[in-house]
Amino acid sequence: MKREDGRKPDEMRPLVIKAGVLKEANGSALVKLGKTTAIAAVYGPRETHPRHLTRPDKALLRCYYNMAPFSTNDRVRPGRSRRSTEIAKVTREALEPALFLEEFPKASIEVFIEILQADAGTRTAGINAASVALADAGIPMRDLVTSIAAGRIDKTPILDLAGKEEEETECDLPIAYMPREKKITLMQMDGDIAQKNLREVIDTAIKVCEQIYEKQKEALKERWVGEGK
Amino acid sequence: MIMQSEYIMNLASKGLRIDNRKPEDFREIKLEKGVTGNAEGSARIRMGKTEIMVGIKMGVGVPFPDSLDKGVLIVGAEFSPIASPSFEKGPPREEAIELARVIDRGIRESKAIDLENLCIKKGEKVWMVFIDIHILNHDGNLIDAAGLASIQALLDAKMPEYIEKEEKVNYEKRTKPFPVKFKPVPVTVVKMGESFFIDPSLEEENALGARFTITTMDNGNICAMQKGGVEALKIEEIDRIFDLAVRKAGELRKLLK
Repeated sequence: MKREDGRKPDEMRPLVIKAGVLKEANGSALVKLGKTTAIAAVYGPRETHPRHLTRPDKALLRCYYNMAPFSTNDRVRPGRSRRSTEIAKVTREALEPALFLEEFPKASIEVFIEILQADAGTRTAGINAASVALADAGIPMRDLVTSIAAGRIDKTPILDLAGKEEEETECDLPIAYMPREKKITLMQMDGDIAQKNLREVIDTAIKVCEQIYEKQKEALKERWVGEGK
Repeated sequence: MIMQSEYIMNLASKGLRIDNRKPEDFREIKLEKGVTGNAEGSARIRMGKTEIMVGIKMGVGVPFPDSLDKGVLIVGAEFSPIASPSFEKGPPREEAIELARVIDRGIRESKAIDLENLCIKKGEKVWMVFIDIHILNHDGNLIDAAGLASIQALLDAKMPEYIEKEEKVNYEKRTKPFPVKFKPVPVTVVKMGESFFIDPSLEEENALGARFTITTMDNGNICAMQKGGVEALKIEEIDRIFDLAVRKAGELRKLLK
């Protein structure tokens, strides 16, 4: 199986993660996965607006996913779309298991994901960035959330689909995974694949999540180790 | 609400359900087709107290630039306030959008509709197929109920005639059957405590930890998946969910007429 960009089947595109890239946000991170670029900002825990959304027992987690109009070849119309609404929902559900929301009743934590350049894998890049941004904001977490998509071409599981591969693959399966907890927090799939072949696609994705995890931790260390000395 | 959810979770820890169902039981399902006159195809499903109507409308429009020789498929879902005190008027919210998109992916990715067959003139004119999901009463498991009713409505649909000269659709004359090739069926499994249930009622949905929908094709292949809910799942648990959902899809598919 030869890939367009010469990668091995289970190799992701070059991944760059930087923590604390924005001044005003409480926490932030930049993720580059190949050409895909996502930036995440976190605010909170802070007072909930509008007030009626306040939850007495735990913090409210809100996520937003937005593609910059210039992030793709055909300009993206600004504002919410059905796609961005769904991605925001699954992103929230992917991040929430990692957080101790019960520690901040009545407050809200807001995550803003902005896709600056899109070249496949934007939701997974967004989740990787959001997870680091939450940690950068000092919000207590059970684990970091890592995320990547996998597929299957010519009977081989393929990691991090890009370019034409998105059309050739039997399935496109993004997951989010907490490596220390060994638990899956997001899984979606579209395509046409036999059940018996699905497991190896999932396993391929999970394996690389460990590498993403290390990059996330390095980014946080680079930002914070030695700070305040 | 929290008290009831706790009670439901306590029952679930013993593998029991609040309505005495077994973990792998659906509620009673009634599926009808051809329930409204002006739609090209329609279906109504009752799954316990959940009730959904699906209508298929067709029109002629311009194809998308990336698929010039293919018809256009659009799935919409409306959560009208008639169905639940928690539904509000206004543009579709997150749950409605997710429902429509999960069903769209199941139908699109399984290639259940032969979209190439719905091209009238390449690059200029194609059939647009609208699947509109109307929730009439919400008592949980909307994805499975709406998914099954959508396929039933497609199977019921007849193509209207297109009058080339007048560039008009003649809705009075519906004759040709609509090109449905496969019957993708979504099955949702929920994790409650350590138990796995299918067909959650609204009370159970309010208590659940994780939800996982798997859309299966006639040959057992999987064409769409979606995890929901705020609980994380172990890989072994996902294996268990696959087995259960694929097994149960056959039961639902048998109900299609």
